[in-house]
Amino acid sequence: MTDTPLLQYTLRLADTALVLGHRLSEWVGHSPVIEEDLAFGNMGLDLIGQARSLYSYAGEIEGKGRDEDALAYLRDAPEYRNILLVEQPNGDFAATMLRQLLYAAFAHPYFEALARSKDAMLAAIAAKSVKEMAYHLRHSAEWIIRLGDGTEESHRRAQESLDELWPYTAEMFETDQVEPALIEAGVAIDAASLRATWDKTLDHVLSEATLERPRDGYMQSGGRIGHHSEHLGHILSELQFLQRAYPGATW
Amino acid sequence: MYTQALNTQDSAPAAKSDPQADARFQARVDAEEKIEPNDAMPEAYRRTLTRQIAQHAHSEIVGMLPEGNWITRAPSLKRKAALLAKVQDEGGHGAYLYAAAETLGTSREQMEEQLLSGAAKYSSIFNYPTLTWADIGIVGWLVDGAAIMNQIPLCRCSYGPYARAMVRICKEESFHQRQGYEIMIALCKGTPAQKQMAQEALNRWWWPVLMMFGPPDKDSLHTESAMRWKIKRFTNDELRQKFIDATVPQGQFLDLTFPDPALKFDAGTQHWNYGDIDWTEFKRVVAGDGPCNRQRMKQMRAKHADNAWVREAANAYARKRQQRAAAMPIAAE
Repeated sequence: MTDTPLLQYTLRLADTALVLGHRLSEWVGHSPVIEEDLAFGNMGLDLIGQARSLYSYAGEIEGKGRDEDALAYLRDAPEYRNILLVEQPNGDFAATMLRQLLYAAFAHPYFEALARSKDAMLAAIAAKSVKEMAYHLRHSAEWIIRLGDGTEESHRRAQESLDELWPYTAEMFETDQVEPALIEAGVAIDAASLRATWDKTLDHVLSEATLERPRDGYMQSGGRIGHHSEHLGHILSELQFLQRAYPGATW
Repeated sequence: MYTQALNTQDSAPAAKSDPQADARFQARVDAEEKIEPNDAMPEAYRRTLTRQIAQHAHSEIVGMLPEGNWITRAPSLKRKAALLAKVQDEGGHGAYLYAAAETLGTSREQMEEQLLSGAAKYSSIFNYPTLTWADIGIVGWLVDGAAIMNQIPLCRCSYGPYARAMVRICKEESFHQRQGYEIMIALCKGTPAQKQMAQEALNRWWWPVLMMFGPPDKDSLHTESAMRWKIKRFTNDELRQKFIDATVPQGQFLDLTFPDPALKFDAGTQHWNYGDIDWTEFKRVVAGDGPCNRQRMKQMRAKHADNAWVREAANAYARKRQQRAAAMPIAAE
């Protein structure tokens, strides 16, 4: 891959936002109560909005005339750079909310830091996103506390989802050869530096929710270099269907 | 959206009426005063409105299914965001309308129960499937367009909470309709395959959309009292004609052909004449044998049943919090 680090970095952020936004949009019309349909709609729109800004910027960086849709709809799974956590299936309401909590507890401080990036465009996108992620964090945390401290069944479901998703959490804090120069230049964020903040947020919510934090075992990784779980291909086959079936059409 | 409830017979036993109170009520309605939740109103008025508003709310919620069917497959990020926002708006309308109906004394849970048991209806249009992306354009352009025709007069409905809800809902529906028409423009200006997709969707939806206005006036059961109470201001046929007159030129602009060989402009009346509507199809779909009736109810029931544990958890947690809050002052003493 010959993409510049800044392009790769921006695509990672964009793909993560799009895939999670797509996952949340799957709930709309199927939520436990109407108010949650509205909340999933809000959160999905936030993430898809973030993805659109980031893809447009990625297209500019690349300079080959690819727009947001070319990047979202015409790259195959190995070219996608999202973290594995966000492509995991929705499962039940507890699994979706836990995935959202694990991500938002990371993304909120991440965008807070990125809002001070030396790259003006990334800083502007992050500044807008940080408010959105604050809401995602609050909403998912409230639900996890309700579910964890609700009934026996909701507690069991929440704990099972937490255990299942845990191996995908470490990838958020990794840095690889793409990022050090960008971090050095004050453009990208050193995710590892956010670990303590994430731990604190999460420990607080899990303790309120009476859920047990899983022990760190083997951690899954690879999404950011294009090594995905089986799930991403299915997301893309749905997401990209019309663009693939009618090449070159404008919608 | 959907005033189908005004065309179905009220099967409950006749309500007791007090002629003097009814006359006072009718005088207020005739004077175009708004009726508010705590005002006296005839039992039949309350029942008609509750049924109407609840059915409207159910339609918004069930209507999320056929449109939601394309959220994950929308052809561009812009369309995806717009469709997601639109379906979210429909959910908002549902919540808002349930709240309006609750002011008449029926709880949202009761109304939802009635929907799931099949006792309450939703607009039959949502028993048709969305098979291609063009259907999303058609639903916005025609289904929302027909809904707006029905709903604009409801902004002046005699019942205050419903009228006020409709003002807000109409604004959003108008926006949805323009979005839908814009999808149609893109398809009709697109490749031959896209144009064909648009035409084929129009062929499937045109007649069911005309049925959304309800049976012809000569067969409509509820029009008379609903008109007298100023719940309804125009008859089914009047609204249908207005819709056709407004829509045909829009379709011609798209260079689409309406699937009605009898469609012809009458220079004398300045209206479009149209062919016979197949009311046996309408009755069949309302009675449960449309393409998607069973699927929609199955989806609604599954959503309710599969997520019961979430609602139970939320209730259990709320009770625990209450108990803890109640215990606190004692602990502090």
